[in-house]
Amino acid sequence: MDSLLSILIWLPILGGGSVLLIGNNRGSLAKWASALISILVFILSINLFSDFDTTTSAMQFVEKASWISQFNIFYHLGVDGISMPLIILTTFSTVLVIIAGWEVIQNRVADYMAAFLMMEGIIIGVFSAMDSMLYYVFWEASLIPMLLIIGVWGGQNRVYAAIKFFLYTFLGSVFMLVSLIYMYNLGGSFAISDMQSLPLTLVQQGWIFWAFFLAFAVKVPMFPVHTWLPDAHVQAPTGGSVILAAIMLKMGGYGFFRFSLPITPDASSYFAFAVIVLSLIAIVYIGFVALVQKDMKKLIAYSSISHMGFVTLGVFALFSIMKMDSNGELLSIAGASIESAYLGLEGAMIQMVSHGFISAAMFLVVGVLYDRLHSREISTYGGVVNSMPKFTGFAVLFAMANAGLPGTSGFVGEFMVILGALQANFWYAFLAAMTLIVGAAYTLWMVKRVFWGPVINPEVSKLNDINSREFGILAVLAVAVLWMGVYPQPVIEVMHVSIANLLEQALTTKIPGML
Amino acid sequence: MMNFNFNISELIFVMPELFLLAAISCILLFDLYVKEEFKKFTYHLSQLALLITGLLAFNLIGESAIIFSGTFVLDTLGSTFKVFIASFSIIALVYSRHYLSVHGLLRNEYFILALMSILGMLVMVSGHSLLTLYLGLEIMSLSLYALIATARDRAFAIEAALKYFVLGAIASGLLLYGMSMIYGITGNLVIAEIASFASLASLEPQETLILNFGLVFLVIGVAFKLGAVPFHMWVPDVYQGSPTSVTMFLSTVPKIAAIALLVRLLIDGLSDFQHYWADLFMILAVLSIGVGSLVALTQVNIKRMLAYSTISHIGFVLLGFVTGVLEGYGSAVFYVFAYILMSLAAFGSIIVLNRSGFEADQISDFRGLSKHSPWFALIMLAVMLSMAGVPPFIGFYSKLFILQQVVSEGYVILAIIAVIFAVISAYYYLQIIKTMYFDDADKEIVVSAPLDLKVILSLNGALILLIGLTPGFWMNLSVSLF
Repeated sequence: MDSLLSILIWLPILGGGSVLLIGNNRGSLAKWASALISILVFILSINLFSDFDTTTSAMQFVEKASWISQFNIFYHLGVDGISMPLIILTTFSTVLVIIAGWEVIQNRVADYMAAFLMMEGIIIGVFSAMDSMLYYVFWEASLIPMLLIIGVWGGQNRVYAAIKFFLYTFLGSVFMLVSLIYMYNLGGSFAISDMQSLPLTLVQQGWIFWAFFLAFAVKVPMFPVHTWLPDAHVQAPTGGSVILAAIMLKMGGYGFFRFSLPITPDASSYFAFAVIVLSLIAIVYIGFVALVQKDMKKLIAYSSISHMGFVTLGVFALFSIMKMDSNGELLSIAGASIESAYLGLEGAMIQMVSHGFISAAMFLVVGVLYDRLHSREISTYGGVVNSMPKFTGFAVLFAMANAGLPGTSGFVGEFMVILGALQANFWYAFLAAMTLIVGAAYTLWMVKRVFWGPVINPEVSKLNDINSREFGILAVLAVAVLWMGVYPQPVIEVMHVSIANLLEQALTTKIPGML
Repeated sequence: MMNFNFNISELIFVMPELFLLAAISCILLFDLYVKEEFKKFTYHLSQLALLITGLLAFNLIGESAIIFSGTFVLDTLGSTFKVFIASFSIIALVYSRHYLSVHGLLRNEYFILALMSILGMLVMVSGHSLLTLYLGLEIMSLSLYALIATARDRAFAIEAALKYFVLGAIASGLLLYGMSMIYGITGNLVIAEIASFASLASLEPQETLILNFGLVFLVIGVAFKLGAVPFHMWVPDVYQGSPTSVTMFLSTVPKIAAIALLVRLLIDGLSDFQHYWADLFMILAVLSIGVGSLVALTQVNIKRMLAYSTISHIGFVLLGFVTGVLEGYGSAVFYVFAYILMSLAAFGSIIVLNRSGFEADQISDFRGLSKHSPWFALIMLAVMLSMAGVPPFIGFYSKLFILQQVVSEGYVILAIIAVIFAVISAYYYLQIIKTMYFDDADKEIVVSAPLDLKVILSLNGALILLIGLTPGFWMNLSVSLF
């Protein structure tokens, strides 16, 4: 199909529009329509994977049409090995979220489903836009459905959380807008590929780098601009948390891959140490913060921040591993092998996909408990295994994955990043590896307090085990987590050539006169 | 003394104005002599008159002429502005009628006064001498003062009318003072003559000084009419005090005329002094964006909030004129059109909430709107996000184009200041969304609106999204005016 990406973007958006028209009074029709649309989109998106050419780093499934001609803005779509897995992650998570909300959402069902469908289309747009202005439009537009999801279907303190979420991310991205416009005025094009080849002095790159950094770091989120995330997660409905953790955070990570490294390579190298320090703080310090949480969702939110630290660490450790000599040959620093540079970047990508599965699963697990007892407090529970054995099985598996147990997807990404970081600097790897202890501590301690032990709350003993719908969702995620953990090769294969290309771009100086 | 030549064939170029004047006279007579049961047709006749005026103006697009001894100019900019004035006014009158009828204010003078002020705007748009411009401005302003006072039993409305009148008179005085300076040096009232006299190369330093002195007053006069800080004091009070339908009218169409005044006086007349007036506008723009964004945060009255939001939008418009390039002016005009479209929809949504004996003007009146009338809530959602500058709505593109021009002329710092305040202002737009979507209504509300209002408001809302998807055409159009 020539216009597969357009279909993937507009089918859910227009579908969401028609679900809105179905109206809240015909809730079950709205649910079935949404489920159908999301499954259809997922099946279509499989084509991206099956028809993908893994031997080229060029953009595939390209579509290009003029949009705003006087500013050279194009409706230009395409995917490479970096964005394609994220698009499939998006379509996959949306199906889960829509089915997960099936009985849980009673209030304004059609609106809820429509918001998630539109969100899906918009986020696919973010990952496939090849024109920075088109990218920005999707990037900002994604805030709107999320704002409403948190604000309308959220918990007690939802208004505060929704507005904080919106303003935080809005503030982060307006500076990106200014730097995009600035580069347009230098190069006369909003195309991302033109920006990637635009020569920039180190000072220009520095400003642009920090403008981008603010936008992406808020989204990832990195320490110290992470404070919106625990609020947003805790207040959002389960589906909102899943999409937020599984996909929206990846928009930040994707930004580093697509914008920061190729557009400002020298500044990225120059400031890499600062970013690595922030990543390590996120990994270690936020891990300890997670340890003391009383609220399960908050705990998982902090663990998300900690795990996303691996993504930024893996990306920026690159600059301590490799450099390029004047002949354009890749040289290693301090005897590292070229493979370890790949390890860092590919580990970061794997970590993003894997975190998408695991965080989605963890939030769904909390959602299952919350639907039954309407409490997210760890202290409400205890001994859940007695009344919900099947559920506990899944929960423990996902908890193990979250703690990075070998054989689960959580291990692969973190291990690759740590190996890469080890080549860069022993202490990076040492501090990052701390997470294997801290992560295990906060996750397993939560499991112990919620699932094992004596039943204190009489309500817990009356819990019903998961129904077949919940079983299905969790089983699919369990398969994904184990598959990624045992056999991540297909995902790595898909991205390998694109990562090689990115590596070259990131290590090639763009400073005029030094080319 | 200047010679006044009059050629009957030139009348073809003033057809829109002539027609509107004739129509106003006829409607006035019609309303005076017709039986009570036919009086409701005054509204329809007024709309028809506006429609024809708009079509006549549309017909003249592409023609250009300077007639009546240089005092009246017809160009693409003028004709296009007139078309937009007429079409936006039609929308405004549709919304107005509902408001007036639920509050028992429906008197036919309202429409006649509105038409009269529109006539003034048309004259301003084509004014090519200081005198024509001033006459147009006064026809417009005096009709607007009276329009506010049509709610004569409301104390707030009378206060607003008086305030607007007194401050407007001062502004006119300042403008006239500036004009007299210009006239004193150039010895001419016609813009083209002033322009050819006021070329920096041939001026004595003394003359430059006095022209500059006059220029400052011209800028103040324009800034006052636009409501730019620090000449904004009247805006919140007049917006709040006027009947909502008048506030809507006031905050939308006259801005086009004020921009035309700016274009004629400063860009056509004193283009060599661009450096001087652009610097003044830069200060006005930054102050307007800042004050507008910050003060709006604490408002509970939605009309007052929109007043401050207008001030900050005007700041963005002025940024476009700071750039001093045609694309910058084009972006500013695009911004004005986008702003008017959004403002109309915002006030339209407020008017929908009005019902007999209930004046909706508090933000809290929007509580739970998304539950009982999801469609209107959706429109208001789009308007608020658009005003905040969130894509894919029109308001984003208008900001984008302005910022693009500002950055390309090297004012990166201005762009950064503007976006920071755009984020701050997003907070109060979000408050409206929060009120509509996250809060529950205090009581059962039934929103009922006549069909024409519903249709026009829906179209209005749809345009905010649709132009957002195809902004290129409109931007091209705006740039091609200069």
